[in-house]
Amino acid sequence: MACGNNCSCNNNNAGNQDNSRRDFLVKGLIGGIGAAFLSGCSTNDKTKPESGEKINVLTHDGKLVTVDKSQVANFKPHISEEDVRKGIPGKKFVMVIDLAKCDGCGKCTKACNKMHYLPKNKEWIEVIEMQDSPEVAPYYFPKPCYHCDNPPCTKVCPVDATFKREDGIVAIDTDRCIGCRFCMAACPYSVRLFNWTEPIKPNIIETTPAAENVFQSKKGCVEKCDFCPHMAREGKLPACVTGCPMNAIWFGDANEDAVTCYDGTTTKLSQLLEDGGAYRFMEELGTEPRVYYLPPTNRIYDAKEIKIEKEGSEN
Amino acid sequence: MEKLNPEIKNQIENELLGTVGRRYRQETFWVIFLGVICIGGTVAWIIQLRKGLGVTAMRDYVSWGLYISLLFFFVGVSLIGALVSCVLRMSGAKWRYPLIRIAEAVTLSAIFFAGFMPVLDMGRPERLYFLITHGRIQSPILWDVVAIATYFIGSVIYFYLPLIPDLAIMRDKLTDAPMWRKKLWRWLAMGWEDNLLQRRLLKKAMLILCIVILPVAISVHTISAWLIAFTLRPGWNSTIMGPYFVFGALMAGTAIMILIIAKLRHGYRLEHYLTPKHFNNLAKILLALTAFYLYLNINKYGVPAFKMAKEEKAVLEDLFYGKNAFLFWFTQIVGLIIPIIILSFKKIRQSIKWVVAASVMVLLGALINRYLIVVPNMLHPFVPIQHAQHGYATYNPTLIEWTITASSLAGFVLLIILLFKPFPVITMWEVIEEVEKRGEKEIGVENIVNFQNIPGHAS
Repeated sequence: MACGNNCSCNNNNAGNQDNSRRDFLVKGLIGGIGAAFLSGCSTNDKTKPESGEKINVLTHDGKLVTVDKSQVANFKPHISEEDVRKGIPGKKFVMVIDLAKCDGCGKCTKACNKMHYLPKNKEWIEVIEMQDSPEVAPYYFPKPCYHCDNPPCTKVCPVDATFKREDGIVAIDTDRCIGCRFCMAACPYSVRLFNWTEPIKPNIIETTPAAENVFQSKKGCVEKCDFCPHMAREGKLPACVTGCPMNAIWFGDANEDAVTCYDGTTTKLSQLLEDGGAYRFMEELGTEPRVYYLPPTNRIYDAKEIKIEKEGSEN
Repeated sequence: MEKLNPEIKNQIENELLGTVGRRYRQETFWVIFLGVICIGGTVAWIIQLRKGLGVTAMRDYVSWGLYISLLFFFVGVSLIGALVSCVLRMSGAKWRYPLIRIAEAVTLSAIFFAGFMPVLDMGRPERLYFLITHGRIQSPILWDVVAIATYFIGSVIYFYLPLIPDLAIMRDKLTDAPMWRKKLWRWLAMGWEDNLLQRRLLKKAMLILCIVILPVAISVHTISAWLIAFTLRPGWNSTIMGPYFVFGALMAGTAIMILIIAKLRHGYRLEHYLTPKHFNNLAKILLALTAFYLYLNINKYGVPAFKMAKEEKAVLEDLFYGKNAFLFWFTQIVGLIIPIIILSFKKIRQSIKWVVAASVMVLLGALINRYLIVVPNMLHPFVPIQHAQHGYATYNPTLIEWTITASSLAGFVLLIILLFKPFPVITMWEVIEEVEKRGEKEIGVENIVNFQNIPGHAS
């Protein structure tokens, strides 16, 4: 996990931003960190101690220079409300979950909860036990938000608080949500959660618009799996993917036709879907989910141990 | 029929104006009783506002509960105004005249609370204005807001129009009333002189409104039905919801109407105006509606029950012999089948007591049915509930929820009583006019022409 809780990444953006306009070269090409999104380079800031790590940056007149890493400001572009509603340009996020590999350890849920400061009783990605018919073997089934392309939830929102972005993500603006819970009724997958009482707030300050906040819980508002857009903006994987030691969750960009899993393996999405015989959950509803499942064939765990809970019983 | 003797007319008006501003002991008791419940509900609401919706029993699975059930109930009851003033008008039922103002008062009160229930249910009521500043017209909630607001305004106008001549009568007759009241009546009567042109204009306006308000009324409740029919949930994902709601609503509204006129008949001593004829006719309508609603129920539950598709199965089993079986069979048997049997007998229909008893049953059934439409379906989503935390896989409304629910119902009745207080309950001018035109029998009033002093009524 490169940035498990990346709260510091978002701190003090506004301050850096003004300086960066004046002192720094706005467009940087960074070697070392392949996934860097945008960076700036300071040429005269001597106050910071040298880290010894060198990186290559491109100056505005086209020269490639090597500078110390400490000279590169942790520059982040300002993300406006419109950027958040539009989504990350040129992307179409997609997730593939390999049910043959998922052994139900629940580490995806834990990683997700850590990333989003969720208490134990909230699960944005829930691992449930499934059994399609009485005679067939049961299997574990991680259930995130499906970020449907025909989302029933956004269609019913009266104030555009939950919306579909161009990068495929279905996001929630908790500064807008009025708490009518129509989206929860509309979601056939029951992935949406509601803050019935005041949530416990972590000690972080976020400057991005609400829809891309790491911490989304707000009293009287709806929340759900958000595909970690703050990570995607930095070219990083969502918490559940980097938290899954079984390599069961793949995440990537359908435009690039590439998905990546926990150990860093990047593979061709179309190939993965074709070879794995992928399907989408409850395709017949026409919601067009952006999450694909690879069927639980040749399981690498003992399926007989799974006990299916009787419907509606409580812990 | 020749014109009524001015003296008799005068006496009729005096009698009907007798209820205006008059205090009745029983009524005062009810007002205080309902008022106390409302205060309790307000306190409960304040607690809910401060602590969040966590004080209710609603959780992530059952995310809509009693409040939304009650929203559907109130929207439904509000259709009674359209039934009495439009449907009965178009079908030429002359006996409707004494009922019009009562029906419109019920409608006004119901639609007011229908607009209030969603606010109670909101997680962030302080953001209500977002519906205007950030409203998405594609969302059925916006349609509902527009429809409820339109119907509310329409109902206010429909309440007001037939009131104008009566206000003029009050202005002219109740000369010993306080000054501010007289001023108010004068202002509201808008210079009514009871001439032919004014009458023609008023009647034209009422006819136009009657035609306009019917589609609005039906759309209000259809859109409410769509709130759940537009979801993909098993049990809700059905095309029958619109008509199912509309006819269930007309049924519940008629039952409430019967109960209210039964109360008014004795409470306000209106035995000459609200007669067994009205009860008999309303009972016939109630019979037709309950029978039709039973038919809709057979379709709504019977058709999927025959197929027992995987998703529907859990909901249906819950209703037929699961946790909600008692409530379900109560609504079907006590709420529909028994009233149908009772009301089928002419003798029974002519007895006010029996009609009232049947209405109570229908009303109870209708109330519970609203709950059954909302909650059991939420407990059986597509993805069966697993690993639910305590209290998440069940729905047992909390005291706060019950208090708010009870006070909404109390407020609904209280508002009706308060609407009856400043105005005559019966539309005086229309009843007099129609009695002059067609005689007492057709309007359903008794012995008002051969006026005798009614005991207990000082004129």
